[in-house]
Amino acid sequence: MPIPTPFHPRTSALCSSLAWKDWAGYHAVRSYDTSHDREYFAIRHAAGLIDVTPLFKYEVRGRDAGAFLARVMVRDVRRLEVGQVTYLCWCDDEGKVIDDGTVSRLDEDHYRVTAVEPNWAWFQRYARGYEFELEDSTARIAALSVQGPNSRAILAEVAGPEIADLPFFRTSRATIDGSSLWISRTGYTGDLGYEIWADAGDALTVWDRVMAAGRPWGIEPAGLDAMDVTRVEAGFIMNGVDYWSAHHCPIEARKSTPYELGLGWTVQLGRGDFVGQATLVEEWARGPRRKLVGLELDWDEYEALFAAHDLPPEVTSGAWRSAVPVYARRGRQVGKATSGAWSPILKRNLALADVESSCGALGSRLKFEVTVEYVRKTVTATVVGRPFFDPERKRA
Amino acid sequence: MQTATRPEKRSYDAIVIGGGHNGLVCAAYLARGGRRVAVLERRHVLGGAAVTEEVYPGFKFSVLSYVVSLFRPHIIRELDLARHGMELIPLECSFLPLPNGDSLARWSDPHRTRREVERFSKRDAETLPEFGLAMGQLARVAKRFIDQPAPDPTSLDPRELWRILRLGRSVQGLDADLQYLNHKLMSMSAVDFLEMWFESRTLMAPMSVSGIIGTFLGVHSPGSAYVLLHHYMGEIDGAFRSWGFSKGGTGGVSLACARAARSHGAELVTECEVERVLVRDGRARGVVLADGDAFEAKVVVSGCDPHRTFLGLVGEEHLEDDFLTQIRRYKLRGSSGKVNLALDRFPDFSCRPGDGPHVRGDVAIAPSLEYLERAFDDAKYGSFSRQPYLNVVIPSLVDPSVAPPGKHVMSIFAQYAPYFISEGPEHWPEQREAFGDAVIDTLAEYCPTLKDSILHRQVLTPWDLEQEYGLTEGNIFHGELSLEQLLFLRPAAGWARYRTPVRNLWMCAAGTHPGGGVMGAPGELAAKALLRSREV
Repeated sequence: MPIPTPFHPRTSALCSSLAWKDWAGYHAVRSYDTSHDREYFAIRHAAGLIDVTPLFKYEVRGRDAGAFLARVMVRDVRRLEVGQVTYLCWCDDEGKVIDDGTVSRLDEDHYRVTAVEPNWAWFQRYARGYEFELEDSTARIAALSVQGPNSRAILAEVAGPEIADLPFFRTSRATIDGSSLWISRTGYTGDLGYEIWADAGDALTVWDRVMAAGRPWGIEPAGLDAMDVTRVEAGFIMNGVDYWSAHHCPIEARKSTPYELGLGWTVQLGRGDFVGQATLVEEWARGPRRKLVGLELDWDEYEALFAAHDLPPEVTSGAWRSAVPVYARRGRQVGKATSGAWSPILKRNLALADVESSCGALGSRLKFEVTVEYVRKTVTATVVGRPFFDPERKRA
Repeated sequence: MQTATRPEKRSYDAIVIGGGHNGLVCAAYLARGGRRVAVLERRHVLGGAAVTEEVYPGFKFSVLSYVVSLFRPHIIRELDLARHGMELIPLECSFLPLPNGDSLARWSDPHRTRREVERFSKRDAETLPEFGLAMGQLARVAKRFIDQPAPDPTSLDPRELWRILRLGRSVQGLDADLQYLNHKLMSMSAVDFLEMWFESRTLMAPMSVSGIIGTFLGVHSPGSAYVLLHHYMGEIDGAFRSWGFSKGGTGGVSLACARAARSHGAELVTECEVERVLVRDGRARGVVLADGDAFEAKVVVSGCDPHRTFLGLVGEEHLEDDFLTQIRRYKLRGSSGKVNLALDRFPDFSCRPGDGPHVRGDVAIAPSLEYLERAFDDAKYGSFSRQPYLNVVIPSLVDPSVAPPGKHVMSIFAQYAPYFISEGPEHWPEQREAFGDAVIDTLAEYCPTLKDSILHRQVLTPWDLEQEYGLTEGNIFHGELSLEQLLFLRPAAGWARYRTPVRNLWMCAAGTHPGGGVMGAPGELAAKALLRSREV
């Protein structure tokens, strides 16, 4: 049975649809209204307020905190400046991805890790010989994501104008209504956006202040359904949807390396030892067998399939995450699309797919299975670059 | 279910001795294969140890076996048991009350379980899913072995060699780590095995007991880890590690098997005690009843345990000494008893009051590994545990059909209650009530209102299991599930394929591969082997 997050008194009062889901053992709103459209457009045109408390959070503090993280993570977080955030993944000894998340360097000897799954026990396995403390701060820290073009203005109002100068993937201490907290310029929407990391006890104060200040800027509380569309537009992968943590895979074939997931850019190979390094060096030299790519479905073909039945083209409302076969020439299956969405802002039908590397070059044309009037058909899907949606304001 | 008390015909293709669930499954398959079959049950009710009885008016007790999960899904499909009334209700939770007022509940919801276990060990809480994955993988391998006759490594028959090769490949095909793990599982103690993952002894205590149930071993005894897996193989609707209640009590499973057997024309006879197997010229020819009447059969199938079958029904004079020695050495030595209660009201567990979901699964009284080992100490030296391990279920909470409204039945499995008490097993009746008191006193420490709620109590010692239910030495598995008595060694080397040294006499129950539990597999595999044999 899930438990409430510290924002629950507010989110539950607003969730008129009663559409909830279990996110890591917490009650999480799928959509406040029956349809998530209003929340989606708030994120893209104004601002959305998303309770992301269920993310797992770990505080790594002490003399060897950086050295320890450099050992378990694929990248050397000691190269981060204080106040800098990075996105990365971590692997098991065979170089298979366990989880992905962010690491923020909050102080010389204090890092904060976010993760999709519990990782405390995994980190502990490698703790011997390092002098540091590992705290699971998941329950202690309430996390609130403010995403969208107006997020900067809203945060400047609640946390002071200097927050407007916070660069992309940086974090800073701030105060909202007397509550001391952290604000990072991060998010899972591919938009201009921030995440607020507050003490659980201050959660409602922070929520109320941000909502009040955001009202003139069009802020809306947003649920996971809206965020899911935005994360597909941003081309972000999701643990448990687009790949499986090595911890949960009953068979080897289901595990993935960072290179296969398109996370090769997060791996820093030429440095001291880190977990999974040996196999990752080999894979880097050999090249991955599979590749996670962005797909765009051919709209004209798609429309024609429906037209043949005198039907208008149907697109699912919101993101989908039930895998769909992807074929190459002559109907050979070369992989599967793991999630996707119709992008209302790009007017493109998008998917993330896991395909054989030989089929994954930009511009490659594949076939994507669609079911029209209960009959299986295919449409052309072209491999395109990610992120699909990449507004200038995100980094500006 | 209405049954005759006298076989209709004088001769049959097959007579099955014992109407336990395996005998019934076997009869159903034989009858489905067009054979004329009679099942002869000594008691007034079918089911054997998988039986529901209204011991106290209005209260239906799962007298012995109290949860179901190992029952083979393909038997349910092949015999259409759902149509014949088999209904299984999954258990939601495993609950461990602790003497200090704390408690630990393990749920089917992984995050809820993680939060519970975290209070004892954060590391263990996060390691639990990994353990579950590994056990699930091992159980999948084991499944290949339990769903077919045990391979015979000494055989030179090319078909047998091919089968062994295939089974071997299925193990060879496993990840190396999993193979090593499999070998460790086969040889380690339950606690040592669990310690490869976990540190919290509070968590390991209720997990380790799966390794000792029905076995005269302690949680630290080598070999107990395998029994752990045997309990992890539980499978309902294809999902591993799920246990369930049979609607209407465990007898519901047997009744469904009985209806399936009858639908194919099998005759089901109760209050019909077989005194011996009629053996002439080294061949089984039929059975002789207690009243002296004899019935002929092309084959006789024993649903009794190996001791009762060979040392009792067949008689030593018809068997060779080598075989007899093996059967005499076959370990039964039951180690558990049962206390069944009719309750006037729900007795709260003081650490977590209420009849909520936490008590709608099984409740373990296993507060520490030391407690469990001490319980075994008592048994080693010939007495029942003063503070036994208890596994408690209250099926009326999820299946109101077994008790009057608002009232409850409680089934308490208690270990250790060794068959061989120092005074001698025949002295168990004098100790029965003292044993019952020890069980109730132990549970009452956690359920202070228990004693005031009891309307009726039924205490079953290993002696009762033997005398009333025909389980020799009170062993609930028809023989221990230790490695030297499994696979091609169950019940005796060379005789693991349901045949016996007496021609036309077959075995079909838990004393054969793959062993005990409400599984149905021995009955099914025996019947299929018989149908192929052309003996019937």
